[in-house]
Amino acid sequence: MLRILHQIMKVGTITEPLARNQDFEVLGEQLKSTVKKRFQGSLAIRLVDAGSCNGCELEIHAANNAYYDIERFGVHFTASPRFADMLLVTGPVSINMKTALEMTYDAMPAPKLVVAMGDCAINCGIFGQDNYAIAGSVSDIIPVDTIIHGCPPSPTALIQGILSTLNQPEG
Amino acid sequence: MNSLLFQLLQALLMVLLAPLVAGFLSTIKAHLQNRRGAGIMQPWRDIQKLFAKEVVLADHASWIFRFTPYIVFTATLMAASVVPALLVDTPLSLTADVIALVALLALARFFLSLAGMDIGTAFGGMGSSREMTFSALAEPAMLMSVLVLAIGAHSTNITTMITHTLTTPLLIQPSIAFALVAMLMIAVAETGRIPIDNPTTHLELTMIHEAMLLEYSGRHLALMEWASMVKLLLFTTLIIDLFMPWGIASEASLIGIVLALAIWLFKLMGLLIILAVFETSLAKLRLFEVPQYLGTAFVLSFLGLIIHYMLEVSV
Repeated sequence: MLRILHQIMKVGTITEPLARNQDFEVLGEQLKSTVKKRFQGSLAIRLVDAGSCNGCELEIHAANNAYYDIERFGVHFTASPRFADMLLVTGPVSINMKTALEMTYDAMPAPKLVVAMGDCAINCGIFGQDNYAIAGSVSDIIPVDTIIHGCPPSPTALIQGILSTLNQPEG
Repeated sequence: MNSLLFQLLQALLMVLLAPLVAGFLSTIKAHLQNRRGAGIMQPWRDIQKLFAKEVVLADHASWIFRFTPYIVFTATLMAASVVPALLVDTPLSLTADVIALVALLALARFFLSLAGMDIGTAFGGMGSSREMTFSALAEPAMLMSVLVLAIGAHSTNITTMITHTLTTPLLIQPSIAFALVAMLMIAVAETGRIPIDNPTTHLELTMIHEAMLLEYSGRHLALMEWASMVKLLLFTTLIIDLFMPWGIASEASLIGIVLALAIWLFKLMGLLIILAVFETSLAKLRLFEVPQYLGTAFVLSFLGLIIHYMLEVSV
C-alpha cells in the first residue's frame, strides 16, 4: 500500500497539458460545451464490440487513461445500455452478435445516438462483407448517426466523431 | 416550530450535498490516479440528465420494480434526516433511534433486492443474493458497534449519545476505539466501496450494488444513484456524530450553526480523503473473503463491548 502511494506521489498528474496535444484539448473543450448543451454535461456511452479485432478497444481504453482522460469532458462509459445516451459500436457485426446488438439498441432510453467506430464498423473492413461469419456492417443492422474513420481511430478522432454526432440537428 | 424548520433545512442540506460529496470523492480518486477527473459537480450533472431521459421498462417489470426507486429514495432520505449533522436535538432525531435508522436502511435494501430479482436477469438476482448475504452479516456488526456507545450513554437515541460524548471528559476509551474500527469497516461495506464492492466497475460478475440497478433507466436510475450518494453522506455523518461530535451546535443560534457547518464539512472532507486513499491503494477482496471481513468487524465490536464492561464500568 505504501509503495503504491509513494508511486502516486512520484508520478504526479500526467493528464496532458494544453501545449503538448493541442488538437485533443481544443476538441475536448468543444466537446465539453456541446455535451453541456445536449445532455446537461453528462454523456454516457455504452460500448458494444460486435466482432472487432480489439484495436478500437485499445484506442477507447487510451481515451480513458490518465493521458487523455476523456472523463474530464463529462463523457463516461457505462455498464448497461439502460444508462447510456450513445451506443458506440466497433467491428463488423458478426452473426452471433447481431441479436445482441439489436437488443442493446432497443434497451436504450431515448434520446439515443449511435456511432459506428472504425473502418470495420463502416464497411466490414479487412473482414470483408461476404465473410461467412459476418452479418453486415453496423448500418445494416441498426440506424447509425455518424461514423468514425480509421483503423483504428485515435482518441482524437474518437472525440471528433462524438462531437460531430452531437452537433447534428436533433430528431 | 423553529426546530422543525431547521430539521427540514438539515434534511435538504444532506440531500443537496450528497452528489457533491460523491463528486469530491471521485475527484480525489482521479487525482490519486494522476488524472484530472470530471470535477465535483459531475454527479449533479449526471442526475440532472437522467431526469430528462426516457424510462425504459422491461416487458415483465411489475409494480415492485417501478415503486422501488421511490421507496429506496424516501427511506434513505428519512434515515438521513434522523442523523443530526449540525444541531444536536432536531425533532426527528429525538423520535427515532439508531435501531430505527438501521431498520430504514434495511427497508430500502429489502426493496432494492426485490427489484433486482423482479426483472429476472441473471445479474440482478446475483446482486440481490450477494447484497442479502453481506447485509445479514453487516447489520448485526453495525448494531453491535453502535451498542458499545449506547451502553455508555444508556440510550440508543443518537441525540442522547452525542450529548453523552460531549459532556463526558475526554478520556481514551479502548472500547470506543474498537467500535470505531468496526464501524469504519462496516461503513465501507454498507456504502459499497472498495474493498467490498466497486462503484465504478463495468464487470457485472464483480458487482454487488450496481448489479441490482442494471435494468434501471431515466429518473428511476437517477433516484437510485442519488439514494446511494445520500447513503454515503449518511454513514460519514453517523461516524462523525458517534465518534467525534465535537463542534456540533447544541443550540439553534446562527453563529453556532455556521461554525458547526464549517467543522462538519472539515471532518467530512477528512474522512472522504482517507476513504479515497484506501480505495486507491487497496485491491477488491475476493467475494468469499467478504464474510471474514464482516466477521472481523463483528468480533471487533464485540471485543469493544467486553472491554467496556471489563475496564470502563465502575462497580
